[in-house]
Amino acid sequence: MNKADVIVVGAGHNGLTSAAFLAKAGLKVLVLEKNPWIGGAAVSRSLHKDWIYSNCSYVCSLLRPEIFRELELGKHGLHVVPYGGGVTFTRDGDILGNYVDEEVKRREIMRYSARDGDAYLRYSRDVMRQCRLVRSLLMRTPPDPTSWRWRDLTEMRHIGREFAALGPAVLADTIRFHTMSIADYLNEYFESDVVKANLAGSGIIGTALGVQSPGTAYVLLHHYMGDVDGQMGAWGFARGGMGAVSQALASALTSFGGTIKVDAPVAQIVVRGGRVRGVALDNGDEYSAPVVISGLDPKRTFLGLLASGDLDPAIAKRARDFKIRGSSGKLNIALDGLPTFPALGKNNPLAAGDMHFLDSLERYERAYDDWKRGMWSRDPYLDLLIPSLTDPTMAPPGKHFMSVFVQYVPVKVKGQDWTDADREAFKKTVFQQISRYSPDFESLVLHAEVRTPRELEAEVGLTEGNIFQGELTFDQLLFNRPFPGFAQYRGPVKGMYMCGSGTHPGGGVMAAPGANAAREVLLDLKRGNTVPNGWSDD
Amino acid sequence: MTKRIIIVGAGHNGLVCAAYLARAGREVLVLEANAQVGGAAVTRTFAPGYQVPAVAHLLYGFDPAIERELQLRQHGFTDAKSRVLTVALNPDGAPLVHDGREVVSGLSHAEDRQAFTDFMHKMRRLAALLKRQHGRTPPQLTWASWRDAWPLVRLALQMRLLGRADMRELLRMITMPMHDVLEESFAGDLLKGALAVDAVLGTKLGPRSGNTVLNFLHRYTGASAPRVPVGGMGAVSESLASAARAAGVQIRLGARVAAINIESGRATGVTLASGEVIAASTVVSGADPKTTFERLVGLQYLEAELARRIHHMRCEGTAAKLHVALRALPQFKGVDAALVGERLLIAPSALYVDEAFNPAKYGEYSTDPIVEISIPSIADPTLAPAGHHVLSAIVQYAPAHLNGGWEAQRAAFEARVLAVLERYAPGFGSHIVATELLTPADLETQFGLRGGHWHHGELTLDQYLTLRPVPGLGHYATPVQALYLCGAGCHPGGGVMGRAGRNAARVVLQGGVS
Repeated sequence: MNKADVIVVGAGHNGLTSAAFLAKAGLKVLVLEKNPWIGGAAVSRSLHKDWIYSNCSYVCSLLRPEIFRELELGKHGLHVVPYGGGVTFTRDGDILGNYVDEEVKRREIMRYSARDGDAYLRYSRDVMRQCRLVRSLLMRTPPDPTSWRWRDLTEMRHIGREFAALGPAVLADTIRFHTMSIADYLNEYFESDVVKANLAGSGIIGTALGVQSPGTAYVLLHHYMGDVDGQMGAWGFARGGMGAVSQALASALTSFGGTIKVDAPVAQIVVRGGRVRGVALDNGDEYSAPVVISGLDPKRTFLGLLASGDLDPAIAKRARDFKIRGSSGKLNIALDGLPTFPALGKNNPLAAGDMHFLDSLERYERAYDDWKRGMWSRDPYLDLLIPSLTDPTMAPPGKHFMSVFVQYVPVKVKGQDWTDADREAFKKTVFQQISRYSPDFESLVLHAEVRTPRELEAEVGLTEGNIFQGELTFDQLLFNRPFPGFAQYRGPVKGMYMCGSGTHPGGGVMAAPGANAAREVLLDLKRGNTVPNGWSDD
Repeated sequence: MTKRIIIVGAGHNGLVCAAYLARAGREVLVLEANAQVGGAAVTRTFAPGYQVPAVAHLLYGFDPAIERELQLRQHGFTDAKSRVLTVALNPDGAPLVHDGREVVSGLSHAEDRQAFTDFMHKMRRLAALLKRQHGRTPPQLTWASWRDAWPLVRLALQMRLLGRADMRELLRMITMPMHDVLEESFAGDLLKGALAVDAVLGTKLGPRSGNTVLNFLHRYTGASAPRVPVGGMGAVSESLASAARAAGVQIRLGARVAAINIESGRATGVTLASGEVIAASTVVSGADPKTTFERLVGLQYLEAELARRIHHMRCEGTAAKLHVALRALPQFKGVDAALVGERLLIAPSALYVDEAFNPAKYGEYSTDPIVEISIPSIADPTLAPAGHHVLSAIVQYAPAHLNGGWEAQRAAFEARVLAVLERYAPGFGSHIVATELLTPADLETQFGLRGGHWHHGELTLDQYLTLRPVPGLGHYATPVQALYLCGAGCHPGGGVMGRAGRNAARVVLQGGVS
């Protein structure tokens, strides 16, 4: 079968989502994946015997519930288990616990500052208001503000009304959220450095910016706007690791008659007579289809999949200028037992959540300075989780799986490619950071996988190892994502589309870009729409 | 009851506002704490026989409409030098020279020549849109009626009129860090360093900080190259004062306003530091918003949310001013004698600017600061004794809130800056007659600039247009009846432009309320 109605390049979660909705609409869909496994960066891999690693993305919250429901992902085996807790360790041996109950959390904050306890209520309210606004835009195609087309104008009017309904005070806050730094934003609410540090992490994850860089306030929103079981801002584990998300999407896709072919790296999109004809694989095999959707990042899509002769040089420059700086790494660790964290004590339920080790904004900012100079942070930000406490399928009984997200990690070390010695030194830095708060941690390590931007790029195919397929700053969001003029999921050639996280609304395992792209394809093919509209029950 | 309008502060915006109000037939009294008019746009003697522009030293965007309407030429305002070139000093060779439109000489990469011309052309087109907003009261963020919505709709239409390509560039670039734009556009380090300076000067931002493209555009809303008036920046203020007096404005010097008096939610006049009470029907404050509300009005007259916003308005200055009296003209390495009177920059790369910025984040000064040098005595010999010169330098980053305080570290910082100057102009130290360093802390005490910030508040998108100085105060009127703002803390912000004063006068005359 070398012919299809639609070919999707890359079996990441967005590619699979797009494919599933298109197959559901009755199209013959073929997904081509370069790796022997599917899932892109949403994978579960057994890299140490009897352990399952979510070795790239590791937690779930942003996955749009309307997609979950429409594709019946529950029936296809996806079960997201919410986790609670989380803690910021301080250098003097204390903690700030992220209790699930807002009232308990407020009292915890009040241990550091009574004023901050009250401020936390205002802060939560203001952030949630902004989340609702962003959420209402996730499952919509961004309008082109420079266009006079009816569809763009009506969409602009729709968004204008949503904004107007907020009133001037909230609207002012919206502008502020999109342009301020997370440090400045938090400084307006809180006085305790620990409290600010506890909240700041979400503003920098996956982003090549520091807490003092304007634009990071939005990144925080991006991590708050998801939900688990209707609880906005909550996070959960996909049972069986993040690969369970991809497996469920794949199962939905095949149930609609779609096909996935692994070990099939696409070399190029075939263009003839000004339109897409199909794709050619690395081994020379050709597959023909009038529609090709790329789930790859914008740089790989424009500069890799398209022959340079098929691309206007001005557009190629846009793709080259696209900001996709890698800034994070990951350690996946098999543990012989549960490490102790003396500041937490035994059996503290907070251990089931994210553990953080930076207790001041200054430490965050200095971590970023290291990255700017081409080094990994000497005092890195870690987002450490032990998923096996919540999901026992990840490790054998009594043993544990630890996932450590690390920020900041450069794409190149002082301008040079990563060496194995660098990787070892980087691992040591992270181990030391953890050991400061858990003396027995290192003695429990059975196996550790170290992932720098180099591994992320080589294995998953994310350029520079950027986990969001491109930075989440306003110049690359909404109608600017990936770049102006290409924000409506259509590529520069007729029949070519994009569905990756490099398109609106961006990264995280959200599946919204994939769904939105499918809707645009169906619109162009004049097929009935199978993609659900965004919910507005917030 | 008096009809008098009191203007607090004889800075350039206060004087502009006063002049327009008087020309509309109002009785206006300007009260100035210092012994001379001009606020931060003054020329003053720092050593016997040597005068310098004390804070601002180059004139970028002074509103030509004000120059025309107030007939400033007839009140003594003339250019000593009209198109000042920018000379980016090179530690190892010839400097790069540009005039804001084209590179004149010193390019390291030939492809940058056309790129620079195109880039500046594009930035001027985008800046023109911002400039069009400068003369207006910022739009409301409400759609209650067509009347309310019109300014915003007009802004959207103007954006459309830029054409598709420029509109897209504006919407993409407006939040961006200058560093990213420079990486997209140029190859040469010296050029990138010089342009990075234009994007960060006067702010607590580095080239990698978002909002620096906005700062760059703000700078280029004026002429493409700055100018120097005869008599220094003080001459601008003197001509404004002269025009204001001619229109009937009374200016009292040495009259420090201690409080703005409020009765029943309405401004009724001011109390001077001497205890004297002066009644007024309207009070317009040219002081920065924090000083105005926290010190002069008192936060008890504001509702809590607004008080909180004012408290959090960001206005930490990072620019210090160094004045040097010289017995001879210094020789800068690789710089022709003909270019010494231009704007000289020490910022050999964008990376240099970023490294200079990093310490400021932690309350430390730059060990290798960026320096913008002007030697005004070349064009205007009246500023120094015959054959001698004065050098005026903006030195950044020198954060207002320095760890350990400025008094303890002032000498060390000055020595650091002089060492940097010596590196670029060997023998510089031997020409020195006298020096004066004004840290942001000095700018606060001597010029009343809160935080020593010369824009009265950081110029970032969250403090821009309707949101300037803070949401709820964006239209010159305040929640206190008959109290208005007219300083650089208001739209359209700092730089010696005069537009905030002119806009405020219009709102006062319309009797605008918040």
